[in-house]
Amino acid sequence: MVEIKNISFSYGRIEAVKDVSFDVQAGECVGILGNNGSGKSTLVTCINKIRMPKTGSVCIDKHDTHKMSRLETARRISYVAQKNEISQITVFDSVLLGRKPYIKWAVSQEDMDICDETIDKIGLSAFKLRYIDELSGGELQKVMLARALVQQPKLLLLDEPTSNLDPKNQYEMLALVKSLTVERSICSIIVIHDISLALRYCDRFVFLKDGAVYKCGDESIVTPETISDVYDVDSTIEVISGRKIVVIN
Amino acid sequence: MGILKRLSGGDHEYHRYIGKKWLALIALAALLFIAILIALSVGSSGISLSEILRVIFGGGEQASRTIIFNVRMPRIATGMGVGIALAMAGCVMQNVLRNPLASASTLGISQGASFGAALAIIYFGAGTQIANASTNAITFTNPYTVVIFAFLGGITTTVLILFLSRVTGVSPSVMILAGVAISAMFTGATTLMQYFSDDNMVAAVVYWTFGNLGRAGWQEIGLIYILSAAAFVYFILNRWNYNAMESGNNTAKSLGVNVNTLILVSMTVATLISATAIAFVGTISFIGLIAPHIVRRFVGSDYRFLIPGSALMGAVVMLAADIASRMIQAPAILPIGAITSFLGAPLFLYLIIKQGKRR
Repeated sequence: MVEIKNISFSYGRIEAVKDVSFDVQAGECVGILGNNGSGKSTLVTCINKIRMPKTGSVCIDKHDTHKMSRLETARRISYVAQKNEISQITVFDSVLLGRKPYIKWAVSQEDMDICDETIDKIGLSAFKLRYIDELSGGELQKVMLARALVQQPKLLLLDEPTSNLDPKNQYEMLALVKSLTVERSICSIIVIHDISLALRYCDRFVFLKDGAVYKCGDESIVTPETISDVYDVDSTIEVISGRKIVVIN
Repeated sequence: MGILKRLSGGDHEYHRYIGKKWLALIALAALLFIAILIALSVGSSGISLSEILRVIFGGGEQASRTIIFNVRMPRIATGMGVGIALAMAGCVMQNVLRNPLASASTLGISQGASFGAALAIIYFGAGTQIANASTNAITFTNPYTVVIFAFLGGITTTVLILFLSRVTGVSPSVMILAGVAISAMFTGATTLMQYFSDDNMVAAVVYWTFGNLGRAGWQEIGLIYILSAAAFVYFILNRWNYNAMESGNNTAKSLGVNVNTLILVSMTVATLISATAIAFVGTISFIGLIAPHIVRRFVGSDYRFLIPGSALMGAVVMLAADIASRMIQAPAILPIGAITSFLGAPLFLYLIIKQGKRR
């Protein structure tokens, strides 16, 4: 279980994240929603210690990550960035990098096996030795997810994992995250713009407005009123084939 | 395939792929060995290859022994040491600054180091020119003063670059432009210093900036190697951190890398070894830029192989440039700094064009 308590962060005098608290249970996907500039990405990087928050703490199974070294944190929290810098390395090398927090001097057989298993699971076996700069956007995002998974995290952070993907890859990616979250009993936090996608794949929702939590809860909080207050748009929520879809009017 | 398996420690397809990278390193080491033999045999006294081999294994004539041990070997050792230092420094700078065009010479660190060295020579009596027309050598009365001043000059540039890249968050291309500005500032300062000093000192500094491998003695060579060896150990210990940096600073942090410390220490170590090399042999440009890029073509951006590969390639390119500098106008020896610039500048342009196309 992950407890995020009273996280605040400022860029100079501008308060980007204000006293944010929520928790995530094992096997649960939590969607972070909000306008551009509402502090979603900043919050995620604070949870991960990429940015050190001004106040607050993140506890994983009662252990405060802010009292851990960066390496220890990396064994508990993994992160898929919104944008990835790509270089001339192979898919396998790229996934193997996720084992970095565990590698002492040389790569062990266990590291190799974990990478092989994850690459197979995500359906990238055919690309193992292909350079990542030759992959499509969807394939690359899967590589980044595989890298985050071989870190064997308790908490998986995804910052807009579907923003550059076509519809098929968006659904594939989120379905994969959802099933792995349940299967491995980990906690996942997903920053996401598409509310309909969030409704389909997330168990709970945190709406951010001006850096603070506006509402937090299950799908019952996703209402036209909330959407209007957070995004300043008029919407209706339709149920089509048993799924809730947000229609912007 | 048996060799590949033995080199990489397994028969996973990835092990075979890694085995090929080991083979590339072995090929580079072999190339370096050949370059050393050629460099030993090139010179005005025309010693045959068989005589060289006899001398190496303890035989040969006294005259050949003197030439090889007192003239050619120190020169080759210097060339290799400087090549290794500059190439490793370039390789690591390109990584931590996230800029393929970074190197001691393109960031202005060489120029800063040159300024520091000139300051030490002119105002702090660290080196004087021997009045010997045939060698035109500079004797360093206190080589460590030159190194310290060169390092201070280099590190000043590094601090400026780091300040610009970290605090103001400028883009990689602007960082190189900042390097151009800093280079111009240091070159101007060096010129002013020369303007106000006497003829001998001006000659010493001008000659110093040409770059000359024949000027370092065993003591200086030893210092270059000790520092390079220490830097190599630090760089290799951080090879996985550099690999993580290739995915961007945020991803590297999420993989457990202390990014700010890594950048700071790596840049300081890289500045120290390049400034030391430059302090003893003069301004030698582009080695730090060329060598890592050539090696990248064979081993990709995997720093487990790129760091040792760059070191070997730096040594090979330096020896090749030295051989060229001694053969083009034999028996005269052309300034090695000019030769490396001729080799490096076209590659620099090629990289800029390639980057432009990618955008």
